[in-house]
Amino acid sequence: MALKWQTREKAVEIIVTSVGFLSVIVLLLIGFFLFKEAFYIFYKAGVLKVLFGTAWYPTYEPPSFGMFPLIMGTVAVTVLTAIMAIPLGLATAVYIAEIAHYKVKEILKPLVEMLASFPSVVLGFFGMVVIAPILSSWLSPIISERLPELLRSTNLPFVSTTLADMCYDKLFIASGLNISTAALMLSVRAIPIISSIAEDALTAVPRTYREASYSLGASKWETIWRVVIPSSVSGLSVAVILGIGTIIGETMIVLMVAGGAAVIPLWIFDPARPMPSAIAAEMAEAPYQSLHYHALFGVGAILFLITFLLSLISDFVSRKYRAIRIGEKI
Amino acid sequence: MRNKEKNSETSDLMRKKKFNLKEGFFLSLIRTLGFTGAVILFIILFFVAYNGIHILSWEFITQPPVDAMTKGGIFPVIVGTILLTALCMIIVVPIGVITAIFLAEYSKPGVLLKTVMMSIYTLAGVPSVVFGLFGLAVFVVAFNFGMSLLAGSLTLAVMILPYIISTSEEAIKTVPYSFKEASFACGATKWQTIRKVVLPTAMPGILTGGILGTAKVSGETAPIMFTAAAFFTPGVPRSLFEPLMALPYHIYVLATSGTHIEETRPIQYGTALTLIVLVLGMNLLGIILRSRQRKKKAW
Amino acid sequence: MVENKNIFEIRDFNIYYVDFKAVSNITLDIEAYRITAIIGPSGCGKSTLLRSLNRMNDLITTSRVEGKVFFKGIDIYHRDTDVIELRKRVGMVFQKPNPFPSSVYENVAYGPRIRGINKKSLLDEIVENALIRADLWKEVKDKVHESGMSLSGGQMQRLCIARSLAQEPEVLLFDEPTSALDPISTANIENLLQELQKTITIVIVTHNMQQAARISNYTAFMYLGELIEFGDTDTIFVNPHHKLTEEYITGRFG
Repeated sequence: MALKWQTREKAVEIIVTSVGFLSVIVLLLIGFFLFKEAFYIFYKAGVLKVLFGTAWYPTYEPPSFGMFPLIMGTVAVTVLTAIMAIPLGLATAVYIAEIAHYKVKEILKPLVEMLASFPSVVLGFFGMVVIAPILSSWLSPIISERLPELLRSTNLPFVSTTLADMCYDKLFIASGLNISTAALMLSVRAIPIISSIAEDALTAVPRTYREASYSLGASKWETIWRVVIPSSVSGLSVAVILGIGTIIGETMIVLMVAGGAAVIPLWIFDPARPMPSAIAAEMAEAPYQSLHYHALFGVGAILFLITFLLSLISDFVSRKYRAIRIGEKI
Repeated sequence: MRNKEKNSETSDLMRKKKFNLKEGFFLSLIRTLGFTGAVILFIILFFVAYNGIHILSWEFITQPPVDAMTKGGIFPVIVGTILLTALCMIIVVPIGVITAIFLAEYSKPGVLLKTVMMSIYTLAGVPSVVFGLFGLAVFVVAFNFGMSLLAGSLTLAVMILPYIISTSEEAIKTVPYSFKEASFACGATKWQTIRKVVLPTAMPGILTGGILGTAKVSGETAPIMFTAAAFFTPGVPRSLFEPLMALPYHIYVLATSGTHIEETRPIQYGTALTLIVLVLGMNLLGIILRSRQRKKKAW
Repeated sequence: MVENKNIFEIRDFNIYYVDFKAVSNITLDIEAYRITAIIGPSGCGKSTLLRSLNRMNDLITTSRVEGKVFFKGIDIYHRDTDVIELRKRVGMVFQKPNPFPSSVYENVAYGPRIRGINKKSLLDEIVENALIRADLWKEVKDKVHESGMSLSGGQMQRLCIARSLAQEPEVLLFDEPTSALDPISTANIENLLQELQKTITIVIVTHNMQQAARISNYTAFMYLGELIEFGDTDTIFVNPHHKLTEEYITGRFG
């Protein structure tokens, strides 16, 4: 009798433990299948040629699978988005955690959380039907025609010539579907994610630090800038890293508004075909086990590696962060 | 002499609150930026609602599409999303909860636990389109499920697994140790304690995580693009192995491919609005439940 | 010259948290260059009263005050009063040592830095002086650039005192400063307080009646938000007028 419950407990423990390891297995399976399907393209076409080849013509005869334009597309939208989303995301977090009146906070916090779960296909749709037309048919005439005219009429050296020509050339927006529009919509996606993680990090700063600072006659901004932010800096870094991970992996927005041209974007109004959008757009047409199929898995494998790397970095940073918080409890 | 000193001090303390330029600048900058997020959400919500509201009707959500999807409703699309999400949750919640029990109650610190934690952490960061590729290679091709309800649900389940694990673990960890002590003191075994005390106490938290997870899953497009979603199916799927139409994918195909992009714009808005109502509604429900639980907790 | 003797004059002072009256109708004078102890059972409002003296209770958004507190004749709750300046001149040390997670030096230099002092030599001097006054210099002079968190509990508390002293405050408020410390560290802090009393005014809230009896000149006894009795420490402990005071100090409740 005594043995019976012990056997049952042991059985439960074994089952629970094996289910617990399922995540490890799933992760290994993802890695295995991605690299298995991707292996062929790197083997057949050569790693360097695939990574740094500048021609992505998967359906031509003979096809060409240079992923460099796709990689640069991802880099371009990520950098542009990061410039907008990181300051805005962190500022929102500081506002909610430190400045907002608690009644405002009670509304704003769930609102940001809801924005974080907003379906990205709707954001892509919004970018397509609203932002893109605004850029190409409203903003473009103003900044690439009116503005140069205005500058020319000033008759100032440089301004009326070089600068005006530059505006005329560079600020013309041929299509509203370009990396700027994509970055704008990606920011809407990334800001709430960055801000909710960052807010957790700020809230985790012990109240005693703030009390000490205020009791020494520090003002609110001095307390935020010199005490709260420095003591949560690793948590804030994690927020930034995870935000960047989200931007890199986000598919529907870049698929719908980045323009889709597989060329290296050289200017902020150029179109691009970031990696996730190439996979999403072409997978349906790529015949099973064709070179194209393998090439798209190759793109997926690169994406997977990048996000894996980001996870490792943020885990490393957050472990340092945890160490500080445990130290504080002594 | 002391009086004199006092006067100078008085003026020091009583000076009108001098407008501190730096302080004022930074605080109002942050305040402005903080509100931008809220404003953006409202602009998008308002725009979609404004354009979609007049197409939403009883017919729109209960009729199938007709005339190459340029007319009619989106009934099978809604049903597709509900089936996909429901099946996904049926698959993932038990696995997620058991994993959470493992992490909170059975795991021992060490390399193995670190591996599990790291895997969950990494899994949470994998892009959704990569899950789509995985689902294609494993469920559609290797398991031979084809583009189907089952393959799509499994793919979504893998994607949302880390989220369900972490919300469940959090819920389980808030169960006070004294509850467990009381159960052990009555002679209950570990598993009995978990089943009779820990899980029931943690259940509201687990369910809330499930609802928020459902909201996330129902808005996802990329993972179902090559595993479940079809451009058009004649009706709702009749078995686990049939492809289906789903709200997010429906918006995407109507807005980008096909020959009637402009004509179907009202339907696109209507579908987008339906999806938003579904996702944000679930989210709101989850958030309200969670804040209620936090307030209610007496221990 | 009565006015000059008292650095704080509290008049008909009430503090509310939403509807709860935490401090009720207090009128109390605090004499300069003396140690005044506030004692009473938990929840009697003594910490709340202490925190109102440099307006730290402003940080609790639901709190509200009535009545007046004069610091050197200035109404500190007047809307023109500069609360930042007030807190620089009326410092506070908390129950749990709360150094910032940075070096000993940076902890002490925090106050001067936010006042805009950035010159290295001047900061060095201020830090050294403050640490000497807090009786910590001998122990940390070789590790001022190590983390303040690496010190022992008693050292951390003296670091917090040094951090306040670097502001050259006129008053230091202590909110149960030794309740988290061992007896030896407590004795060190008590000696330090008596040393500091020569140059600044000290108000201390304490749970520990022996501590109040040992170090303070005046003692205030509070109960349920009200000031029951106030006077010379010797009188309060040897010959209390009020029955409640007597019961409390003889340990019959609290």
